Amino acid sequence: MAIEVSIPTILRNLTDGAKTVEGEGGTIGELVTDLDKRHPGIGERLVEGGALRRFVNVYLNDEDVRFIGGIDAPLADGDTVTILPAVAGGMR
Amino acid sequence: MRFDSLLDSLGRTPLVGLPRLSPSPEVRLWAKLEDRNPTGSIKDRAAWYMVEQAEKDGRLAPGRTILEPTSGNTGISLAMVARLRGYRIVCVMPENTSAERTQLLRMWGARIHYSPAEGGSNEAVRVAKRMAEENPDWVMLYQYGNPANARAHYETTGPELLADLPEITHFVAGLGTTGTLMGVGRYLREQRPGVQIVAAEPRYGELVYGLRNLDEGFVPELYDESVLTTRFSVPAEAALRRTRELLDQEGIFAGISTGGTLHAALGVAARAVRAGERADIAFVVADGGWKYLSTGAYEGTLEEAEARLDGQLWA
Repeated sequence: MAIEVSIPTILRNLTDGAKTVEGEGGTIGELVTDLDKRHPGIGERLVEGGALRRFVNVYLNDEDVRFIGGIDAPLADGDTVTILPAVAGGMR
Repeated sequence: MRFDSLLDSLGRTPLVGLPRLSPSPEVRLWAKLEDRNPTGSIKDRAAWYMVEQAEKDGRLAPGRTILEPTSGNTGISLAMVARLRGYRIVCVMPENTSAERTQLLRMWGARIHYSPAEGGSNEAVRVAKRMAEENPDWVMLYQYGNPANARAHYETTGPELLADLPEITHFVAGLGTTGTLMGVGRYLREQRPGVQIVAAEPRYGELVYGLRNLDEGFVPELYDESVLTTRFSVPAEAALRRTRELLDQEGIFAGISTGGTLHAALGVAARAVRAGERADIAFVVADGGWKYLSTGAYEGTLEEAEARLDGQLWA
């Protein structure tokens, strides 16, 4: 089950510079475990104590996973996952 | 409608139906036209409430200087209020914002201090906090953490929406300071317990996320996740496409962030249609398109417009 994962600039030192990588898993948590095997160190940058880190946002098909089960959010083949740092954003 | 002054005319904006973009008579979209405020954006509400509260608290008195990290609308609103109430204002703004913003801020008398483009508004917040320490007599209203920002929407935007649309099932707005979503969200949840509160967060080019480390990330102090039902990340391409659809199909000339909000609103509308549920979805038109003309968002193909927008803060 292939999931396409978009990696933010700040974590690309762990993916040999790749902007998107592939991973596998039935949930976001399993996906992170799989990503950590392929790109050692990425897991602890994303998850701490069984939950997403405060300044990490993970989107499943553009929806924030914190609202659809967090790291237990289920994944399906062909889903896209986007990882982004939390920022203040734009034109406020 | 007659008012004693410009500030008195704030709010009470129209809520208009979108007969062409609504998927069916049972699933309807409604646009809250916040560009019909004194300086043309929803930020007039928060700016006025924050200044009024600071005056009540004795933090602000004529002749004082307001400092605010803002790349646009809040600064423009604050500059207007400052001019009318007798304050000076300094805005800290990322250098990669549209030319109109600088012109508008100067026009209302604001002084502008540019912060580096890299890091976007995060960097502007950091610079402003440093300047506040260096200038202890300046007053930073700090829209990201000022409860009066959310209260403006709890006391005005929320009640206006419920009065115009008692059958409301969803509220969708852009997520920035989170003030609109927190204020309207809390009010509507009290009045309509089943209501869904949906955030549309702009997804920028990589430059904006160029933090030095993840610990430099930023979550506004006002943000309370429990108020939201869900939150969508909207790429620039989708925001641009929806901005144009809103113009082409409904005649509404809105800013680009509104396209992002409409994208999320159409997403929840499609879910309601699939579930066979009735829905009355209100979303916020945060401002008009005028300030974004120089970005090229409204000309040429979508691909061209998207390329021009890359690296800019579009919402």
